[in-house]
Amino acid sequence: MQYKSQAVAKPYFIAAIGLFIGQIVFGLVMGLQYVVGDFLFPAIPFNIARMVHTNLLIVWLLFGFMGSAYYLIPEETENELYSPKLAIITFWIFLVAGALTVVGYLFVPYSTLAEWTGNNILATMGREFLEQPLITKVGIVIVALSFLFNICMTLLKGRKTSISLVLVLGLVGLAVFFLFSFYNPTNLVLDKYYWWWVVHLWVEGVWELILGAILAFVLIKVTGVDREVIEKWLYVIVTMTLITGILGTGHHYYWIGAPEYWQWWGSVFSALEPIPFFMMTIFAFNMVNRRRREHPNKAAVLWALGTGVLAFLGAGVWGFLHTLAPVNYYTHGTQMTASHGHLAFYGAYVCVVITMISYAMPILRGRAANSNKAQVVEMWSFWLMSVSIVFITLFLTAAGIVQVWLQRYSDAPMAFMAVQDKAAIFYWMREGAGVIFLIGLLTYVASFFIKGETKAAA
Amino acid sequence: MTAEAKNQHEGLPGDFAIWIFILAEMLAFGVLFVAYAFARAHDVALFNASQETLNRTSGAINTLVLITSSYFVARGVDAIKRDLSRDCAWWLGATWLLGAVFIAIKSAEFHEKFSAGITLSTNSFYMFYLALTFFHFMHVLMGMIILAVVIVKARRGGYGSRDHAGVETAASFWHMVDLLWIILFPLIYVIR
Repeated sequence: MQYKSQAVAKPYFIAAIGLFIGQIVFGLVMGLQYVVGDFLFPAIPFNIARMVHTNLLIVWLLFGFMGSAYYLIPEETENELYSPKLAIITFWIFLVAGALTVVGYLFVPYSTLAEWTGNNILATMGREFLEQPLITKVGIVIVALSFLFNICMTLLKGRKTSISLVLVLGLVGLAVFFLFSFYNPTNLVLDKYYWWWVVHLWVEGVWELILGAILAFVLIKVTGVDREVIEKWLYVIVTMTLITGILGTGHHYYWIGAPEYWQWWGSVFSALEPIPFFMMTIFAFNMVNRRRREHPNKAAVLWALGTGVLAFLGAGVWGFLHTLAPVNYYTHGTQMTASHGHLAFYGAYVCVVITMISYAMPILRGRAANSNKAQVVEMWSFWLMSVSIVFITLFLTAAGIVQVWLQRYSDAPMAFMAVQDKAAIFYWMREGAGVIFLIGLLTYVASFFIKGETKAAA
Repeated sequence: MTAEAKNQHEGLPGDFAIWIFILAEMLAFGVLFVAYAFARAHDVALFNASQETLNRTSGAINTLVLITSSYFVARGVDAIKRDLSRDCAWWLGATWLLGAVFIAIKSAEFHEKFSAGITLSTNSFYMFYLALTFFHFMHVLMGMIILAVVIVKARRGGYGSRDHAGVETAASFWHMVDLLWIILFPLIYVIR
């Protein structure tokens, strides 16, 4: 690696992968609970498993983003990180706080946890994805602030490139929009309205900037294409993301009591949200085709291309499937949403974090790329995970169609649980695909331990 | 490759990225125009009645203003191709001023509607009228910002006959803003 302080990224990446495994294990638990309702009851009820599954996803992606930023920023700004020590301290605070929170979810009844952690002072808990106790939320803010301080100080004293500016813009946005998790009005419409400012403006707004910046960075490194060309693409993608994504928030406002015009705005602008993702795919393939060097890390290139394709499919196409208000009238809150959620998160954010890990980790371990043998195993893990998540998505889509048809569209609608039984076959197949996914993930972890001949880092 | 060679190679004036942007913008407006047509088809009487309340005269003046500004911006590009930096800055300055005139007239129109108590929730027609013209309004402002940057650089002699991609980029965007209005005005103010 070019700068010593980039090494702080390593624990972040390791923690990210560790939490990723936890996320998948809980995913499998709740996947089974879909069809075997009392599996592990009462030790781990479905709602707890779901909370752990989604919270771990968010936390490990945040670890991934932070690790990526700590690796990327010194190299882009061409100087050492402002304070590597601070980065390590915040790492441990974040990890311990995250672990304690999950332990709390698992071993303490949620209402008791709320009492212990000051929810009576400021009630923020009990909302999907923002279930974290108040002290954890405050902890996240402190970690985010110290992280941003560290990154911005490094940026201020060094070279300012478009990639680092876009990344920092995304990270600042991430921190700012998280603040809305502290705003919990009693009016349910307002509550939901601003809840989306965290959830939607993260994944369909500022996170996409982080995604674009990381992808652009890795593409510069592995293709050797001119920075000027790559940055121009980045600007166009970022602009389109913001134009479509911000007003696209409207696609969550159709049926929650927000003004009616959101049905038009939400439909029109979110229907355009696939465009920046499509551009990203074209961008990734175009840059790889125009490459000026053969980078020895083939696995990282595969992950980068996978990010483009799967993000477009998951976020773009599967999002579009149910984004128009007249369609969403029937699909809202069905397994259609879950199918989109799975492929979008995997394609956009899981893949981009692994792209970065795949590129950076060998360098952090003192070589330009892993041995051929290790890369082959890693590429297997890419295909196992990617194909199985596509199947999870297809099975959930099928379950969603069954649900819409029998429970919503029919002249004689069936009850929710009766419909769930009708869709059971798809839940079983989803669980099967989930097991393959776990095997893929374990294969990925195994690839880190495979030795073989390697070239020293440049 | 020099900027000039690149221009000839790609066959599009200005920076290639602006054309991707222009296409995406036109697509966004295109979808909104289609949405307007759909909504209107559902309630023609309401749309016709509400349309009567719009100020067609100021809309028509604004159309002339923008078309004239497009002519000015084209003269600006022509000037810089002949290495006349100062002339270029003057033409672009005139374009910018006409943009400001458009903004002033449109603001007065908005003021009139808001004073009459009209909001996005009044009815579907006003929702589309306010939303579409406001998005366009923001694009005029965006165009003026781009023009301002180019004017400053042109005044300092930053462009020449061999390197004027920046001027063409700004002009291309400005033409798009004009073109959108040329469709928007008849669609919302006139056609019934």
